[in-house]
Amino acid sequence: MLTIATGNKAVAAAVRQVRPSVIAAYPITPQTEIVEQMAEYVTRGELDSQFIPVESEHSAMAACIGASITGARTFTATSSHGLLYMHEMVNWAAGARLPIVMANVNRAVGPGWNVWAEHTDAFQERDTGWLQVYVSTVQEAYDTTLMAFRIAENESVLLPVMVNLDGFLLSHSMQSLETVEISDFIPPLRLPHAIDPENPAGYGTLTGPDAYFKFRWDMERSMRDSAGVIRETEDEFARRFHRKYGFVDEYRCEDADVVVVAMGTLGKEAEVAADLLRAEGVKAGVMRIRWLRPFPRLDLAGRDVVVIDRDYSFGFGGVIAKSLAATARAEPFSVIAGLGGQEVTYDDIAEFVRTRSPGTEYWFGVNDNV
Amino acid sequence: MTTRMRLAISRPTKGSSGKTGSWRVFRPVVDKEKCNACGICAMLCPEAAIDEELEVDLEYCKGCGICAHECPKSAISMKREEK
Ligand code: SF4
Ligand code: SF4
Repeated sequence: MLTIATGNKAVAAAVRQVRPSVIAAYPITPQTEIVEQMAEYVTRGELDSQFIPVESEHSAMAACIGASITGARTFTATSSHGLLYMHEMVNWAAGARLPIVMANVNRAVGPGWNVWAEHTDAFQERDTGWLQVYVSTVQEAYDTTLMAFRIAENESVLLPVMVNLDGFLLSHSMQSLETVEISDFIPPLRLPHAIDPENPAGYGTLTGPDAYFKFRWDMERSMRDSAGVIRETEDEFARRFHRKYGFVDEYRCEDADVVVVAMGTLGKEAEVAADLLRAEGVKAGVMRIRWLRPFPRLDLAGRDVVVIDRDYSFGFGGVIAKSLAATARAEPFSVIAGLGGQEVTYDDIAEFVRTRSPGTEYWFGVNDNV
Repeated sequence: MTTRMRLAISRPTKGSSGKTGSWRVFRPVVDKEKCNACGICAMLCPEAAIDEELEVDLEYCKGCGICAHECPKSAISMKREEK
């Protein structure tokens, strides 16, 4: 069915179709619309889920963990300070191997108090064992939320998945949305280590130095195996519903001499910049990273690379730029832009490419760049 | 396929610290003459070592003396264990 929806509503529409047994969430700008929408589906009787209006994000994730360990499908949504408030439980969810799906509407972290788009909130959770995916359109938010459940619940994965969408730029932007009939695209959840009341046990209790590392390795093993599951799921999605996604969404990269790497809505904006540059005779392309965890392999050999980080790791650098320097042997021109919702247009992006200086870092809008 | 261990799941048959009675230096002795069976000692014993009959399970009583300290009738005395 073809409709018009915001990014938030698209996520909610997908979750409604997947029918989680338990939804526990706390509203926070700019994610509130997802929570409101889920509560409304339940209240109207359109969705037979337990909706738990918790008193905090820490409790939201704790409630999801408690529900998920019984083998129930669970969903939550958060943003920024809410995500950071549940940080301890975010770790626990991954360590307990629970296929919880969470939408995170990317928003800057205060102070200064700021409700606009930035990826630093989710990046602070990137080493917790969650899979992380970043979307760039309303349609992609919907499609990816559907796929997230199938990927998380796959027996080779059994790790939680965070679906990230840019605050306001996507969460509150209306675009066309084509919903699909999912039928058996997402099989019933079977959690091998679900609680069995007939056979009581302690779950994730005291684990000594002789055993703890084995569980950590199993997380990494599943993270590596998830790459194949993601690929298989995206292929199956394309076969059934005719929309193709990958670890990295490439735009005009085949013959590109310079590639812009970005995530989320900035990655989409960069496509227009590539068109502009090509009209000037510059062979530009875009690689929009979708999956941050597991981190993709990018083929950047022999190309100039301009990375736009809507994030920053203080005392280190732009996280994507540094990650590519380490994993793809790139020497990127590292642009820090879009922090706290700073406006970045396709003209700006084209200018980053024109004035690129490989191996250096540039803070967009800051006058005393070093 | 061997069962894959994703999460530490424990079904202990004894306390994770073993039999805490082995730690005991002083043993609680109840003077049944003074005791009024209020149950405060049983409620506050951290090892749940005092049963409904107010008998102390010496396999797990670690000798902390909380029962003796909390008893309103001073009915419990702590006696050094013989070596
Ligand atoms: S000494 Fe401590 S462990 Fe022993 S019965 Fe009294 S309160 Fe319980
Ligand atoms: S607290 Fe003292 S009086 Fe009360 S039941 Fe225990 S020994 Fe008896």
